[in-house]
Amino acid sequence: MTSMIEVESVSKSYGGVVANRDISLTVEEGKITGLIGPNGSGKTTLFNSIVGYHPIDDGVIKFEGQEIQDLRVPQIARLGMVRTFQQTRIYNQMDCVNNMLISVPHRTSKFMDMFKPYAAELTERAEHLLEFVGLYQKRHLISGDLSFGQQKLLEFAMALMNEPKILLLDEPTAGINPTLINGLIDRLHRANEEMGVTLFVIEHNMRVIMNLAEHIYCLAHGEMLANGKPEELQNDQAVIDAYLGAH
Amino acid sequence: MMANIDLLAMAPVLNVQLLLDGLFIGAIFALAAYGLALVWGVMNIKNLAQGDFVIMGGYIAWFLGTQGIHPLVGLPVAIVLMFGFGWLVYRYIISYVIHRDMFTSLLATFGIALVLQQLLNLIFGPDVQVAKSGFEINSLFGGLVTVANIKFLSFILAGILAAMVILFMKKSRMGQAIRATAQDPRAAKVMGIDTDRVYAFTFSLNSAICGAAGALISMIWVIQPFYGITHSIRAFVIVTAAGLGNLPGVIMAGLGLGVAEQYGGFVLGAEFQQVTVTGLLVAVLLYRSYQMNKVRQVVQ
Amino acid sequence: MITKTRTTLFYVALLVISVAAPFVFPAYTFQIALLWIMILFAVTWDVMGGQMGYNSLGNILFFGMGMYISAIVQVGLFYDVGTYTAHSGAIVPVFSHDQYFTGLVAGIVAAGLGSVIIAALLSQVVFGLRGPYFAIGTLGIALSAGELIGAWEWVGGGGGIALPKYPGEPDGRSLLYYFLCFASAAASFMFFRWLYTTRFGLAINAIRDNEEKAEAMGLHTLQHKAVAWSLSAFFLGISGALFGNMTGFVEPLEVAFPTVTFGIFMVAMALLGGKGTLWGPVIGAVVFHVIKEVTWTHMLGWQWVALGGLIVINVVFFQQGLMGWAQDKWPERFGLVVDESMSAETKEAAK
Repeated sequence: MTSMIEVESVSKSYGGVVANRDISLTVEEGKITGLIGPNGSGKTTLFNSIVGYHPIDDGVIKFEGQEIQDLRVPQIARLGMVRTFQQTRIYNQMDCVNNMLISVPHRTSKFMDMFKPYAAELTERAEHLLEFVGLYQKRHLISGDLSFGQQKLLEFAMALMNEPKILLLDEPTAGINPTLINGLIDRLHRANEEMGVTLFVIEHNMRVIMNLAEHIYCLAHGEMLANGKPEELQNDQAVIDAYLGAH
Repeated sequence: MMANIDLLAMAPVLNVQLLLDGLFIGAIFALAAYGLALVWGVMNIKNLAQGDFVIMGGYIAWFLGTQGIHPLVGLPVAIVLMFGFGWLVYRYIISYVIHRDMFTSLLATFGIALVLQQLLNLIFGPDVQVAKSGFEINSLFGGLVTVANIKFLSFILAGILAAMVILFMKKSRMGQAIRATAQDPRAAKVMGIDTDRVYAFTFSLNSAICGAAGALISMIWVIQPFYGITHSIRAFVIVTAAGLGNLPGVIMAGLGLGVAEQYGGFVLGAEFQQVTVTGLLVAVLLYRSYQMNKVRQVVQ
Repeated sequence: MITKTRTTLFYVALLVISVAAPFVFPAYTFQIALLWIMILFAVTWDVMGGQMGYNSLGNILFFGMGMYISAIVQVGLFYDVGTYTAHSGAIVPVFSHDQYFTGLVAGIVAAGLGSVIIAALLSQVVFGLRGPYFAIGTLGIALSAGELIGAWEWVGGGGGIALPKYPGEPDGRSLLYYFLCFASAAASFMFFRWLYTTRFGLAINAIRDNEEKAEAMGLHTLQHKAVAWSLSAFFLGISGALFGNMTGFVEPLEVAFPTVTFGIFMVAMALLGGKGTLWGPVIGAVVFHVIKEVTWTHMLGWQWVALGGLIVINVVFFQQGLMGWAQDKWPERFGLVVDESMSAETKEAAK
């Protein structure tokens, strides 16, 4: 089992506040890994560090064995690491199909590709993925007009369109109607199993993450608290305390 | 150019002259920059007409001078008139763009700048003017360095005005309301602060500050209808270099810019003084860009 | 109903009108040629501001650079530029027919390519600025360029540089430049019209809508921005070369780098017509130019005030521009112009 992402002793502070202290974790290829922890424990900061949104103070981050802590966001994205945002980010003036088309992978594109039109297969693929998330009928609507939950699904579809090796999902079920959550969990599983996408998921919804992830890391107060299989963490007193204490 | 640099080295007393003149005028630049930062920080409006407000204040003082009233009296008159002018501009233009995207407000203030420049040109003509204050000129170091008393007086006045504004912001209720609105407009509204009035007041206050700066500039330097844009750029350079909340930084940058311009004009020649300003703007922005780049962010 | 034949007919009609204009209104040839330049201004600005979301206040930089590059090439191919400008127009050297036209072609090409190079180089540093900083930064660059070149004695300093005299009748000259201006404007419009249908068009819209997202998805944002600016620069440089030759004399601040006037007109025209649309800038340029030409002489000094006022009113009260207003009023009629712009409109209209 190879490690896709290796985080080794990473620390990050903002001003005087230590957001991440000496964090180490591994995300295995082909699996679904979870990242949990009470609010303010540093989960999104860690995500941002991994994807290159800001430089880290200490430590090493490797993606498929290559050190990436000095690379920029677009460079890391082109290596095959895509992330979704907590506050969903889409191109809200364009329709859904165009949102998908612009999300094609850019890692192998050459200069002159900029000036070509989009091939018909790409539109087909886009529509297929939109169908996968259940947005096929709405594909020609302006994405800014969709509901919040639909926009989240669109963002997920766009991420898949990018043919990522790994997808970093920041609270994918936040703000989604509970009745739709099962559908989303199902699609995440399918993306992982059928499309071979490794998943690294931040989640607050315990039911979701326990059903989704094979291995979970728990952060608290900027430090790694515990890690293991879902059943192990559910019974870990320290984890329970961290959550209860924080509320 | 090299000859001029050698001159500076050979006659150090020349440096004193450049330094003093730079500080005196830099104080006024800092004043205008503070006003810009105020409007920017509170209302997120980048006022490209700032320099034209300054020139307008200058013309008020100069005009009074032509009518036989001493331009120093023009200082309070300019402050009051420009305050009112600022209120009108806010009411009829700025209030409509305040919640729109940044480029809209930039372009709106640019339009105002254009109108003001041309109006002043039509009313007062394109000649460069100075408001005669009739103060003496002293000399130091045996006549090698001249200090016009009015420049020194202007420096003091600029300092007093700045202190008054800062005190106002700290102690008065409106000042507190302004600072609250700057931090979080929604919270301020919820607390019962009339944010619209706060914005109107802030913009008018800035306009008054510009008026004062202009009155001072008309006495110690020159005014001309089309010089406004350069003053606007100066204010931007200072605010960008110092950073929005950094008052001591604004003062230092303002004084520094004044001195830099004097040196630029001396070393490179008078026609390059203008370029020093625009060149510094580009340099400051590029430096900021480089700085942000290192932390993987952009200047926005 | 938009059909292909209707669109083609429309373009043919435009072509006929444009070609016939200088013969039907010979007295207005210069003004109409200027209109073409205005259209080019608006179209090239809109690529950056309307389609990509990077509002440049300094695009006039390339207009001025193109003008000077062309002047230098046109004179420099046959005479020493320094000596030429030192005479300040007192001695007018003669350019033979061949010299004039070789120089002109070379000058126009150099102006275009030179502007591209300048844009490509500047892009490396200037695109670290976003939003208002980009606007003010480009403004500063354009202002600096005008002042620096105005202090450069080799190209005539503040006095400027004269361009070679046209070897022929004034009527021939007017017609030549009219058609050159028309061709450049038409070329720029048709080029960007095509460009917006490719991946590039979608990419720059993505940069406009959410640049951070585009970066996070691996888009080569800097590359796209640099190319967009360079393409605009190319056409602007050529327009500068043409305009310099039309006026015959290039002054640094009044003619080549009129940053606060023509530099801002670019923005005003695109806004007036509707930024981010294909025809908006064109319509805006036409309306703006016509109003300007008609009212200018009657306004006795108040024209600039009126212009500033127009900009303020446009920005404050009429943000969507003429195209936006028309789209709101008659969404179904969207019509003749939509088939080449973003597909979103047809979907909206069809709903």
